[in-house]
Amino acid sequence: MYGELACGSAVHSVATAQRRREVVKFISHARNEAEAIAKPWSATLAAMDERSSRRLVVIGDGMVGHRFVDAVVQRDASRVWAITVLAEEPRPAYDRVALSSLFAGVTAAELALPSPKRDAVDVRLGEAAVRIDRDQREVTTSNGGVVGYDALVFATGSTPFVPPIPGADAASCFVYRTIEDVAAITAAGATAASGAVIGGGLLGLEAADALRRLGLRTHVIEYANRLMPMQLDDGAGEALRLRIEALGLDVRLGAKTTAIEVRHATSQARRLHFEDGGHLDVDLVVFSAGIRPRDELARACGLAVGERGGVVVDATCRTADSHVWAIGEVACVDGAMFGLVAPGYAMAEVVADRLCGGGDATFADADCSVKLKLLDVDVATFGDAFATSSGALSLVYANPVSGVYKKLVVSDDATRLLGGMLVGDATEYALLRPLVGAELPLPADPAALLRIGDGTGEAVGSGALPSSALVCSCNGVTKGSLCAAIADGAREIGELKTKTGAGTGCGSCVPLMKAIIGDELAAAGIPISKALCEHFEHSRAELFDIVRVTGIRAFSRLVAEYGRDRGCDICKPAVASIFASLGAGHILAGEQAALQDTNDHFLANLQKDGTYSVVPRIPGGEITPAKLAVIAQVAGDFGLYTKITGAQRIDMFGARLDQLPAIWRRLVDAGFESGHAYGKALRTVKSCVGSSWCRFGVQDSVQLAIDLELRYRGLRAPHKVKAAVSGCARECAEARGKDFGVIATEQGWNLYLGGNGGFTPRHAELFAQALDTETLVRLIDRFLMFYIRTADRLQRTSSWLESLDGGLDYLRAVIVDDSLGICAELDAAMAAHVRDYRDEWQGALEDPAVLSRFVSFVNAPGADDHTVQFVSQRHQPRPATATERTRLTDQEAIR
Amino acid sequence: MTVELQDRGVAVCRYDDLLPELGVRALVGDAHVAVFRTFDGAVFAIDAVDPFSGASVLSRGVVGSHGGEPVVVSPMHKQRFELRTGRCVEDPSRHVRVFSVDVVDGRVFVGAGAATDQ
Repeated sequence: MYGELACGSAVHSVATAQRRREVVKFISHARNEAEAIAKPWSATLAAMDERSSRRLVVIGDGMVGHRFVDAVVQRDASRVWAITVLAEEPRPAYDRVALSSLFAGVTAAELALPSPKRDAVDVRLGEAAVRIDRDQREVTTSNGGVVGYDALVFATGSTPFVPPIPGADAASCFVYRTIEDVAAITAAGATAASGAVIGGGLLGLEAADALRRLGLRTHVIEYANRLMPMQLDDGAGEALRLRIEALGLDVRLGAKTTAIEVRHATSQARRLHFEDGGHLDVDLVVFSAGIRPRDELARACGLAVGERGGVVVDATCRTADSHVWAIGEVACVDGAMFGLVAPGYAMAEVVADRLCGGGDATFADADCSVKLKLLDVDVATFGDAFATSSGALSLVYANPVSGVYKKLVVSDDATRLLGGMLVGDATEYALLRPLVGAELPLPADPAALLRIGDGTGEAVGSGALPSSALVCSCNGVTKGSLCAAIADGAREIGELKTKTGAGTGCGSCVPLMKAIIGDELAAAGIPISKALCEHFEHSRAELFDIVRVTGIRAFSRLVAEYGRDRGCDICKPAVASIFASLGAGHILAGEQAALQDTNDHFLANLQKDGTYSVVPRIPGGEITPAKLAVIAQVAGDFGLYTKITGAQRIDMFGARLDQLPAIWRRLVDAGFESGHAYGKALRTVKSCVGSSWCRFGVQDSVQLAIDLELRYRGLRAPHKVKAAVSGCARECAEARGKDFGVIATEQGWNLYLGGNGGFTPRHAELFAQALDTETLVRLIDRFLMFYIRTADRLQRTSSWLESLDGGLDYLRAVIVDDSLGICAELDAAMAAHVRDYRDEWQGALEDPAVLSRFVSFVNAPGADDHTVQFVSQRHQPRPATATERTRLTDQEAIR
Repeated sequence: MTVELQDRGVAVCRYDDLLPELGVRALVGDAHVAVFRTFDGAVFAIDAVDPFSGASVLSRGVVGSHGGEPVVVSPMHKQRFELRTGRCVEDPSRHVRVFSVDVVDGRVFVGAGAATDQ
């Protein structure tokens, strides 16, 4: 099963437009039939209702099977269905569409599909169905077990087709479908110099990219006279060929492989022979010559299969046996099979609806739109891309120099968009695909829909989309639902994703979602302001640049020259943070003191009763018994409540403002320094105990954590920054929940970026792997500095990454490939930070002017503060409640 | 303490000790009072106790402006209070007391009672 982002295999199974029209025709016919047979099924359902539970058996745990189970679990609130999944593969369902990302450093585990509500589902991995008895309604499994069913769903998918040519079974011949296939290709690639992919379709080109990434000289052999013959026309195929050959790949079109010559000694492939008598020497071969449905079980139990295989089903995805259904690549709807993930998902939803009594859904819309990046080339097709509709007109723009090809297909009167094909630049896809089929007049010149040339033409905005237009086809979210969520308060892409689920699949609709947010807010008269606050029109990133370039280090001057009035609790601390990031001396020096919010102002964390908590830095969470004793002594002497924090250090609560200097004098004298728990700054670098002690550890995570924490201590940022280092893949330091996380492997450090806990937890994503320490530190340096320069106020790294156009890939371009040419500046900025770091508390203790502000009452320094009172709880102090406070005060008065 | 001083209220500090937009807390009778010098040199005094949290922290809030009016922002939960009126911007039904202020011979006097009771 292959899907929309890196959309799929499907070499022969993607419906051509011609076939698609037939499908649509069939479906309208089948719908009547379906209505006719819906009654007996309802009767069956009714009969089953009397049972306490119905048994649902799903054969296959691929993407479609997985989606199907999710859909049933979601709808089946009263748990009517007891679900058993029989999975032939040894691992749970994973994102096969993203298979090629394994070559870009993603791990197999990361491809796993999320399974939030699977507790009640009996998933049997490695236990295949081997026989079906439809009379008894029982499935026999490879373990010899027997599972009864009331509903049986085939989601067995397909298998790659290997043409029957001599030598195809050689040791270095592979297919490209599973994680195991990728592992085998990777292993073989290590000793090979060249490889050929037989089949130049979607999946074949993905496989070619894989070989290229393995460093092999790569050849693509395609039988047809163009690449991706099922999706592209000649012009588009040509543009794709130009682009791919420019990358150094060799493309052979119209070439039929007749035999593979094998080295006798090693059984390895040596040479391909072609029908025209030519030959090509390669070390490794990947077949991508189409797929065949896994329908053998269905055949064996007497179910009808299509002419070219596939379990025959009606528009409700049900077979002639009312208890048996088929979905995904194995389903044959009137001779049509679908090798894309989106139609498979649609089928899954239809069957889930039917099983859960959700009405009369049918599989009507075989959305075979495709948008993907193949070998770094954008390719997209949608709707009637081959212009087979009666009277359809094609508008074509082709630029053979740049390898760009764009085609729009419109109705004969040029009023409706029917489809299109985009190669080399698929920017318009997100907007154009939802326009297909919608009843609306095109602009006077349909070519205006394409952003060709200097872009002066009036481009069509998202406003042109009707509210029924499907924006996210992965999750079936319409423009109408998005608009409702925006009206409901969603203002940012992240919120919109959370609220609607749109954009969380392949992500191709995200640009359109952004445009819709903009257009909707503008239409509602809500200004889309990037202004920091009422005093500055600028965003934080713009202010950062202003401060950086002008050298202004005084708020008064900045607000006078670039803002208005006198600032507020938003812009003042933000500007203070920018000053600190750019190195403006102690954060409490001079006018800067008045910019800090209370935590930064008193270098401590304000608590609910107006007292503060104190957190000394404990780098990497490592501390000697002697230093522990100092903390114990200080806390005891000042009557502080102590608690171990989640960041592997000790927090002391209940310090009055006027006690802070004395507390810190003791701590500083004992060698402690500020932990910056109060700052939007680096907090800690947490670590596991690492290879020094742990019998599983592969590297010294504590040493690295200490080094990183000392390097970045005091670094002010748009928001707090947390980090962690784990000494092995067991990940005890929870590094993936941090802004930057490092996990040790035997090959080096793996770096993860953009994670956080908190209100919206998010796992960090793998950015680079097998790094030596120097490279690792350089990447973190640049990541942090680029974040500090460009993020919004109070924007954590996760949402910052999400807001970057191109996300992690863009970040990689900037800080690895130096696409903006700023890496030297970023490096220098971090070097300056490391050089100029001074402990803030030590600095404060040395400055009498700063110390003088740590006073309870300016006119009565020793006076009691009746608002601060403690009671004892679990042998430690805690703030008295308002009632307790009154009582205590009364008692004092009596005394 | 002379009559004159009592008329003027309690001397809390020297004017030069007040840094622009950086509050201090004073004890005036039983009252905790937050005293601010704004950027233009004016001095204001309001209750230091934040009516929302009950904590005596308003003197430690960030001072700025809202719609041109000088305000202090409670460091506890960020409500803004106008320094001239004591009115809470977010919830006009809540307010803090405003105390009268005199600056005489470089010394800052805060009135013993609230200047307004609105």
